[in-house]
Amino acid sequence: MWDDIFLIPFLTGLCLALALPVLGCFLRLRDEWLAALAYAHVAAAGALLALVSGVAPAIGGMAAAALAGAGKRFFSERLAGGAAFALLLLGGWALAVLLAANQPLAERLGHALFDGQLYFSGSDNLYLVLPWCLVAIPLLSRLSRQLLLARIYPDYFHAQRLPVWPVVSGFDLLAALTLALATMTLGVMGSFALVFVPPWIVFRRARSWRSGLFFSALIGAIGYVAAFAIALGLDQPFGPVLALLLIAVGLLIA
Amino acid sequence: MSNFLIRTEQLVAGWQQPATAPLDLSLGTGQILGLTGPNGVGKSTILGALTGRAKCFSGEIHLRPGLRLALQTQDVPPVNGLPLSGKELLALTGASPKGLPPWLLERLDQRLDRLSGGQRHYLSLWTILQAPADVVLLDEPTNNLDAAGTEHLESALRQRVAHGAAIILVSHDDAFVSAVCDQVLVLKGPAHVG
Repeated sequence: MWDDIFLIPFLTGLCLALALPVLGCFLRLRDEWLAALAYAHVAAAGALLALVSGVAPAIGGMAAAALAGAGKRFFSERLAGGAAFALLLLGGWALAVLLAANQPLAERLGHALFDGQLYFSGSDNLYLVLPWCLVAIPLLSRLSRQLLLARIYPDYFHAQRLPVWPVVSGFDLLAALTLALATMTLGVMGSFALVFVPPWIVFRRARSWRSGLFFSALIGAIGYVAAFAIALGLDQPFGPVLALLLIAVGLLIA
Repeated sequence: MSNFLIRTEQLVAGWQQPATAPLDLSLGTGQILGLTGPNGVGKSTILGALTGRAKCFSGEIHLRPGLRLALQTQDVPPVNGLPLSGKELLALTGASPKGLPPWLLERLDQRLDRLSGGQRHYLSLWTILQAPADVVLLDEPTNNLDAAGTEHLESALRQRVAHGAAIILVSHDDAFVSAVCDQVLVLKGPAHVG
């Protein structure tokens, strides 16, 4: 398991297993957990579109997710109540399936993106994921107070004459890019499992926000390590093993 | 009054359409102003207009340059199912726990959704009342409070203005308003403000 061939994929996934649950806590705080699926599908569609156009899939996936994250603010009035994420999910899925159906190259990558391709992650992927997670986790921690304020006292920024959009748009962009990177490493559902299940557990059990963030990352990391070992040992695809393991843990302790 | 923090002249405010009668008010440092009147005369709308949320249809609002406002609305903060402790709530606005009643001080490490409705309301109110602000706007602050809570709030408001802030509060509780306010404006309806 610790040969180089598995060490790099393991470390790449571990970075995401620490970052995604923390991101998931903020998405759940904002009632935006559907965003995880939405950005993942948009990233998958962007990656396939890039591949068909002769551009690196990673660039296409991240650009599409960033565009969705930054752009949804301009349609916020028309797309209130989570409609933006539902439409992004549907649009991303439809485009990805159509591209996969009509392009043999895209079909292969499409399967890899939706099922996850963790074991095929190379050092170039690690060099992208590691620094991103080292920036994203402290940045989320820095945005924590403002995001909590915007949720609990939505009038606070207005009353203090402070603009709330840099906080919200900054978070949207951070979420979109993190999920795009995660989708191209862990796949759509593997990423969703890490964004959804650990925050669901700690929102029920944690005594405070700070401890919730810590335990969310811890559950994500332990679940990831266990799933990696089981999937490798039993020669099974990683994503479904991770999802089943996290669901079992969640049902036991949430 | 030249030393004002907030002054309005014939202010008519509303959301989609005008909802208040023209209102003149003036608030200086150390004052507590009460807005009372029946439902629907636009008391909360006035607070909304002062913070820039509601629309000013006519008249004028003058705020001292650099004025910091804090607003407590009647909306219940969405903390159900959220792992947020009392201490963490206070830290959001930088409010100090100093001066909180003992029945809340001993529960600051608990999650907010494990507190009673009254305890949660008072802590949410305290978080805004003690936020760094020159003027604190409170909308029906005595809702959900028992007699002990209301009594503690009276003394907390006086201490807050004694330290240099001013307060505008909207309330249906006439006894509370007359006990804590230096001046009271009774909004009587769209045609008249007394």
